Amino acid sequence: MLDVKAGDEQSFALLLHRYRSPLVNFLYRMVRNREQAEDLAQEVFIRVYRARAEYVPSAKFTTWLFRIATNLALNSLRDTRNQRREISLDAPLTADAEDGDERPLDVADKHPDIEQHLVEEARRKMIRHAIEKLPEKQRAAVLLHKYQELDYNEIAKILECSESALKSLLFRAYEALRVELAPLVAQAKT
Amino acid sequence: MSCNRMESRILPYVDGRLKLSEQHEVETHLAACAACRVRVNEFRAVTGLLDEMPQIEPSGAFDARVRARVAAEPAKQSWWAWFAPSPRVAFAASLLLVATIWIGSRPGPVDSPVDVASKGGPVIIDANDLPVLENFDVLSNFEPLTDLPQPVPSDDANPQDTNQQM
Repeated sequence: MLDVKAGDEQSFALLLHRYRSPLVNFLYRMVRNREQAEDLAQEVFIRVYRARAEYVPSAKFTTWLFRIATNLALNSLRDTRNQRREISLDAPLTADAEDGDERPLDVADKHPDIEQHLVEEARRKMIRHAIEKLPEKQRAAVLLHKYQELDYNEIAKILECSESALKSLLFRAYEALRVELAPLVAQAKT
Repeated sequence: MSCNRMESRILPYVDGRLKLSEQHEVETHLAACAACRVRVNEFRAVTGLLDEMPQIEPSGAFDARVRARVAAEPAKQSWWAWFAPSPRVAFAASLLLVATIWIGSRPGPVDSPVDVASKGGPVIIDANDLPVLENFDVLSNFEPLTDLPQPVPSDDANPQDTNQQM
């Protein structure tokens, strides 16, 4: 980032190449809309580019980057909260998702690949719904913890809370996921 | 260690991010607490389930769109850029300097022969000035002009002066 600050355009291209996939994935899991996630990721890079002259390496670059991304995602979710409630968050699970934990018992012999695919799809859908159901800040904490593998200290800075508050937030989030995914958790344990 | 205190340690324990001493404390508690043992196993199962979520790849046009937006960004000049040498400013400054030197090196305005004569200095007459001087001589010795009344003092003049005249 210091090279970008010095005006090295090539370094910005390297940053783009290195962080575009983690950013798009994080934002996609936050807002659940691919196009919107890409728009937000673009906005993150533009903000990084605009702020390059004022960049001070007081914290890790990833902390700064994901702080921008998290704030953008939370603002975007806030802006579209009512609309999203209608189409996703508060909608009941679809029939096939509700049956997801039952599917492994109904595997048909004739089309094992198709059945297996459907089972996996149902499991993913259930996991996705469980993540979506989390309050936004808990969701961001889980995504940063699980998929970006950031330190607790870094995640706390991104979410602007203390480290102990973050641990408590994460505990509550994983507890909610444990309850929500109980059928799959029970399968995993056996 | 109590079960309540375990709440802040279960996840770091599952992640393997606890210090060695903390890890021993947790394991001692887990050996004695079945409920926390179950919870640890279920947290592990949850993190395993989250691993099943597929990654997505940014679309092919993503980089191009970011580059296009970066290219469209207006060039941002820092405050210090004001002090950076600019060809236009340097050219303008040079022109100003040359003009100043040229104006400074020019001889000052020459006193007319009339001005010189009024100052009592020696009059050097240029042949080109002769027609003007002739007109000056005619006007300065023009008798009818001497018959004209003296200028009347204005109303603003000091009244004491008026009294004295009377």
